Amino acid sequence: MDLKETLLSSYLAFDAQDGPQRKLQDQRAEAIEVFEQQGFPTKKLEDWKYTTLRSLTNDEYVVFPKTEVSLKLEDVKQYILQDVDTYKIVFVDGVYNAYLSETTHEGADICLLSAALTKPKYAPVIKKYFNQIADKDASLTALNTAFTKEGAYIYVPEGKVVEKPVQIIHFATDKNPKLLLQPRNLIVVGKNAEVQVVERHQSLSTGATFTNVVTEIFTEQNAQLDYYKIQNDQAAASLIDSTYIAQQKHSHAKVHTFSFGGKLIRNNLNFYHKDAEINSTMKGITLIEGSQFVDHHTLVHHAHPNSESHQDYKGIYAAKATGVFNGKIIVEKEAQKTNAFQQNNNILMDDKASINTKPQLEIFADDVKCSHGCTIGQLDENALFYMQARGIPKKEARGLLTYAFANNILQSVHIDSVKKRINKLIADKLGVNIGFDV
Amino acid sequence: MAYTEEELKKELETKEYEYGFYTDIESDTFPVGLNEEIVRAISARKNEPAWMTKWRLEAFEKFQQMDEPDWANVKYKKPDLQSIAYYSAPKAQVKYDSLDEVDPELLKTFEKLGISLEEQKKLAGVAVDIVMDSVSVATTFKDTLAEKGIIFCSISEAIKEHPELVKKYIGSVIPRTDNYYAALNSAVFSDGSFCYIPKGVHCPMELSTYFRINQAGTGQFERTLVIADEGSYVSYLEGCTAPARDENQLHAAVVELVALDDAEIKYSTVQNWFPGDKDGKGGVFNFVTKRGICHERSKISWTQVETGSAVTWKYPSCILKGNDSIGEFYSIALTNNFQQADTGTKMIHLGKRTKSTIISKGISAGQSQNSYRGLVKVGANAKNARNFSQCDSLLMGNKCGAHTFPYIEAKSKTAKIEHEATTSKIGEDQIFYCNQRGIDTEKAIALIVNGFSKEVLNKLPMEFAVEAQKLLEISLEGSVG
Repeated sequence: MDLKETLLSSYLAFDAQDGPQRKLQDQRAEAIEVFEQQGFPTKKLEDWKYTTLRSLTNDEYVVFPKTEVSLKLEDVKQYILQDVDTYKIVFVDGVYNAYLSETTHEGADICLLSAALTKPKYAPVIKKYFNQIADKDASLTALNTAFTKEGAYIYVPEGKVVEKPVQIIHFATDKNPKLLLQPRNLIVVGKNAEVQVVERHQSLSTGATFTNVVTEIFTEQNAQLDYYKIQNDQAAASLIDSTYIAQQKHSHAKVHTFSFGGKLIRNNLNFYHKDAEINSTMKGITLIEGSQFVDHHTLVHHAHPNSESHQDYKGIYAAKATGVFNGKIIVEKEAQKTNAFQQNNNILMDDKASINTKPQLEIFADDVKCSHGCTIGQLDENALFYMQARGIPKKEARGLLTYAFANNILQSVHIDSVKKRINKLIADKLGVNIGFDV
Repeated sequence: MAYTEEELKKELETKEYEYGFYTDIESDTFPVGLNEEIVRAISARKNEPAWMTKWRLEAFEKFQQMDEPDWANVKYKKPDLQSIAYYSAPKAQVKYDSLDEVDPELLKTFEKLGISLEEQKKLAGVAVDIVMDSVSVATTFKDTLAEKGIIFCSISEAIKEHPELVKKYIGSVIPRTDNYYAALNSAVFSDGSFCYIPKGVHCPMELSTYFRINQAGTGQFERTLVIADEGSYVSYLEGCTAPARDENQLHAAVVELVALDDAEIKYSTVQNWFPGDKDGKGGVFNFVTKRGICHERSKISWTQVETGSAVTWKYPSCILKGNDSIGEFYSIALTNNFQQADTGTKMIHLGKRTKSTIISKGISAGQSQNSYRGLVKVGANAKNARNFSQCDSLLMGNKCGAHTFPYIEAKSKTAKIEHEATTSKIGEDQIFYCNQRGIDTEKAIALIVNGFSKEVLNKLPMEFAVEAQKLLEISLEGSVG
């Protein structure tokens, strides 16, 4: 039985179960129909031209975890930001783990989607926002909608600044092998409100897991969102991340994606401008090796005047790793005075590594400033020579230069402990001792 | 006796029969439609050898299994291939007896382009004296070329006279199965040009001049094959700056270039087919497949100025197979009113130290859509491959669109690829500056557009660069205000 059939039959069982999903029956029925019609995306689709899911869809994954797992803090400590006080929403094999988590209802609601779906007081928010911006025709997003049950729910009311970052962490263990996880996150940042989020998916074993996560984010007028995705998973773990952000006037959304490991990572990051004078920033570092695969698809939809978007993605590919970058900027004819900037720089370290990139512009307005730049190249031989001439061994010199290449993305990271951690991860990956704290 | 309905019916029936009887014998136009018989008949009419007929039929078989592509960023009503007559004897050349009868609008355009009177007549379809200059000029050309051993003739002639060359190279760069329109062209191509430059020969003239005069009537399915043997050089210009009032809806041409070791081919195109009227009615669908293959140390350079056609779908490409080979692509695509263009290039780097340059300038005005779609592919063995791409778009008004779809695929760590694209409009300050100095807005825009396109215009053979500049000006007329 292939994965599509497994999922369709699991859906029937899931639908019959009692749980928070009951509240969404109509939307879920619609979604499973979309998935049934489209199936998993194939290379025949323009958006999936360079990415095949065959290794996942030919495999067997299960939807329901068999056993509930409890984890000791000791075992997972290294994956959780410790040196800063944070709210935490932690899931283990798709099930909420109260012991490791720290949620709140004071000032802002930082809790579970399952709770938000069932409790009547959240009903107006769910009705207004849930499944409103996610692409209903994208088959993987529809699949997630059909299996929506659990995930993070963050609601920051008007004027509230959440003082601590929120960590959303998903652990996968070897107690439930070959699990297909489908978390669903809903984040609403109210007028003049602010929040910082760190999201991480982590396998604790070398077994295969497949995560298909969908996150819907709404930034209301003048809201600020700062979102960090840390993707540094085991070599057998695959992740498909679809994030949809709807922005209102004067809001600023920033998303940083750090893709350092996993078998297959696909990021669909979509920004939709619902009003004028909006700022969207997306930055990313991809640093992979082995036969890993990372695909970044971004979309910025400029539909109103005087908005800005900034994109900066750096990629370093070693061994047989493959990278894909597809940045799409659409500027509608109403969106005059748009300033859209896109940059994608890549370095191939080895002969078997490859990169496919497509920085795409679709522009219908004339008074705009849009530019994109894309390079594929190597480290500067002269710089390498300069360092070697001054007694720095070639390996270290290469490491340092590569580190410098990726590092400038980190300038816009505003959580110190995230910055430190990413810095260390990059340095470790490149095998350099930078010898200073950044 | 009263004339009854019965009788009328009978009369009509017989009448139809009568007509049918006559047309079958006399007509030189094939019946409308596309099938194997038609393909055979085209081949037979052109007295082609059996291998060519077979080649066409194979292409047709492949064609039938293919679907019309719809990935391009253009929208149009697909032409009904069954409602086209695939072969007709050259249309009666004479439409008018003198220039006075020709549409004055057309004449005005000719005048602006600075086309000679004789040529004007030819282009507008006015009867011209047979011993007009051009024919004798053509003969002189032919002599000079023959002296050097250059073969330059129609492809039908080449199939008969030089079968060994045609057999070896036709379909070698663009296989018959390459795409829907290439397959269609392979099956039904009416005529086209063939050019062979022998080893070490530097073709002494732009092959354009000759071509320009002889181009009329080659039909809608052109096939061009240019072979530059080792160490040779040729510059080739296709098309015409004058507006061709061609009534054919669909043009599906195929152009193949072969640059053998150390050879260089420069291929320039100026396309100004009927773009449809101001309301977007009519116009030519231009679906062209153009590709060249570069052997060791050779160079192919494509230059194009696209201002005509309602829908353009065209990607002149280079396969850089030989080590140290070079591919270049310089393009200006201008769309106005309801025109749509999806054009660009493919640079396939296979050999070591191969280099490619892409400069594309898109100008959209009116309600047109202009897309650049390009591919730069570096294979695993293409060590030290180098590419530089630049795509600039200029928008006029907020009813048009400019799009960029650059695909970049690198499989070699030694590859160096740079791509940059910008989109902007004509600055009000620039126009103001011109106005201040007594240049009216329309002229100012033409000036600015010319400056914007300069990098590409410079690559055109000199006499055409001048005409192309004027052409840009004319195509933009009425886009301001």
